[in-house]
Amino acid sequence: MAEEMRIVLRNLDKIDPLKIDDYLAVGGYKSLQKARTMSRLEVIEEVKKSGLRGRGGAGFNCGMKWSFSYNIDSDQKYVVCNADEGEPGTYKDRIIMENDPQTLLEGMAICGYAIGSNKGYIYCRGEYPYVVEILNQAIAQAKGKGVLGDFDIEVRMGAGAYVCGEESALIESIEGHRGEPRFKPPFPPVEGLWGKPTIVNNVETFANIPVILEKGGDWYKGIGAASYPGTKVLTLTGDVVNRTFVEVPTNTTIREVIYGFGGGIIGGKNFKAVQIGGTSGGFIPEAFLDTPIDFDSMTAIGAVLGSGAVFVMDETRDIVDVVERIAKFFEHESCGKCTPCREGTKRMHEMMHNVNSGTARAGDLDLMEKLGGVMGVACLCGLGQAAPAPVLTTLKHFRTDYAAKFN
Amino acid sequence: MANYQEIIDTYKDLPGGLIEAYHAIQREYSYIPEEAVFAAAQAFNIPKAEAYGVATFYSYLKVGKRGKNVIRICESAPCHIAGADKVVAALEKELGIKMGESTADGVFALEFAECVGQCQATPVITVNCKPYFDVTPEKIPTILAEYK
Ligand SMILES: Cc1cc2nc3c(=O)[nH]c(=O)nc-3n(C[C@H](O)[C@H](O)[C@H](O)COP(=O)(O)O)c2cc1C
Ligand code: SF4
Ligand code: FES
Repeated sequence: MAEEMRIVLRNLDKIDPLKIDDYLAVGGYKSLQKARTMSRLEVIEEVKKSGLRGRGGAGFNCGMKWSFSYNIDSDQKYVVCNADEGEPGTYKDRIIMENDPQTLLEGMAICGYAIGSNKGYIYCRGEYPYVVEILNQAIAQAKGKGVLGDFDIEVRMGAGAYVCGEESALIESIEGHRGEPRFKPPFPPVEGLWGKPTIVNNVETFANIPVILEKGGDWYKGIGAASYPGTKVLTLTGDVVNRTFVEVPTNTTIREVIYGFGGGIIGGKNFKAVQIGGTSGGFIPEAFLDTPIDFDSMTAIGAVLGSGAVFVMDETRDIVDVVERIAKFFEHESCGKCTPCREGTKRMHEMMHNVNSGTARAGDLDLMEKLGGVMGVACLCGLGQAAPAPVLTTLKHFRTDYAAKFN
Repeated sequence: MANYQEIIDTYKDLPGGLIEAYHAIQREYSYIPEEAVFAAAQAFNIPKAEAYGVATFYSYLKVGKRGKNVIRICESAPCHIAGADKVVAALEKELGIKMGESTADGVFALEFAECVGQCQATPVITVNCKPYFDVTPEKIPTILAEYK
């Protein structure tokens, strides 16, 4: 069986997360020290060399993103950590922050040095006030030790809006506004928080940085899948024996995740579907279980890696009912800024409800496919663009489940 | 209890501090009094419509009175298939109110939530953001007793 590999969770159960001395004793903040002996460009080159891509869902090359902000002359730049973690079924950023907050702070400070920023924000979801406390304690301890130098970090709390995980909506929210996504370009690395160059990275992305600086980009590049190297923290939910989190190399297959680490399906039942990447991810049938979880392999089967949530459903589950619930989620979370999403999520939910309750009309399934196609191209941000994915992928792979609702 | 004006004043010079101010008000009141929205508009020097727009955008912020202890039930897909609907029914029965309502004595408010990030133990409910795991209808009376 494939082995777990801990990079971002390397200190889990080994240190007391609320004692910075523990972190320092295992080599904490050595990477930041090392970075500061290198030129800014050398730091960015090392991160680029590692091939690290964003762990927040979009998979953008991390070093490349940093270079965009590095290249701009500005009196102020910002480093923002996306700890909004709103994808249903996901709690990996919480695990990282609860168990090793200092590694996140160190990763952010390295980014600050690399792009020339002295101010960082962590935008932590409002559902995690206990994590906010841990982060504030960790920041106070780091300041007390002076390890962050002139880099300041402040925690801001979200307030229960899924769309605020989208980076430009998140920036709007830190500025104290409604969390509505911005038109792009300009992208945040060029024009972000208060109009200044801003790097937004996910918690897990930052947590990889100290190790990459310590062991080198070449070492990291050799782990997992070549086009999306490193590890990924996954959270297993639904009808799986072990509802838990694991950190695995990115070339691990879905089957190994569910049947190896997950221990298979509860009660020895048969597998029906798995939805990976959170609630906006595609549904995956059994035929694709031997696909590696890396970003590009998942995209190739019409699914996504996303946040790394792995939601398993057994043979007894009513797929149409689950997708109706998901459609309601999107109607609720649509920010309303653009019409295709505001109206589209509402109509999609309405039709899913009709199908599920047996009152749909002939032709509704085709209409849903058409609507989903339009939303995919016409919505302003990723929320509306990805919202139809659960509907479209289940219509494709589980159409008989829909047909059965018409009898 | 701290007065909302005092709370707002501590945040008014923080860039983007409006949402932090609203959070702080809710920690005291469990909701945002309507007058506090107008006071915030003045302190942050923004139109009332904008202060109101922010307060009503976020599902964790509530303008106008609600019960002191806010119970949220996660109804996202993993909690949904784990039986969140049974938990909803049990809470409604035990408290004698419907989802979205508050008890007449002002002790509890009942709300739906999307994933609260504790999906290792579905279904999950939170009371004032404190999570309770693997919740069953049988566990509800004991949980509520902590807050009575
Ligand atoms: C609707 C929506 C929700 C998102 N939620 C999150 C989130 O909770 N956490 C996150 O890190 N990224 C989220 N993202 C992705 C961010 O926009 C952004 O790509 C990411 O924070 C960049 O960091 P990374 O490159 O390190 O992944 C979301 C995107 C969309 C469209
Ligand atoms: S796609 Fe949806 S969430 Fe995104 S901007 Fe449009 S309405 Fe808002
Ligand atoms: S799905 Fe309910 S807590 Fe995450």
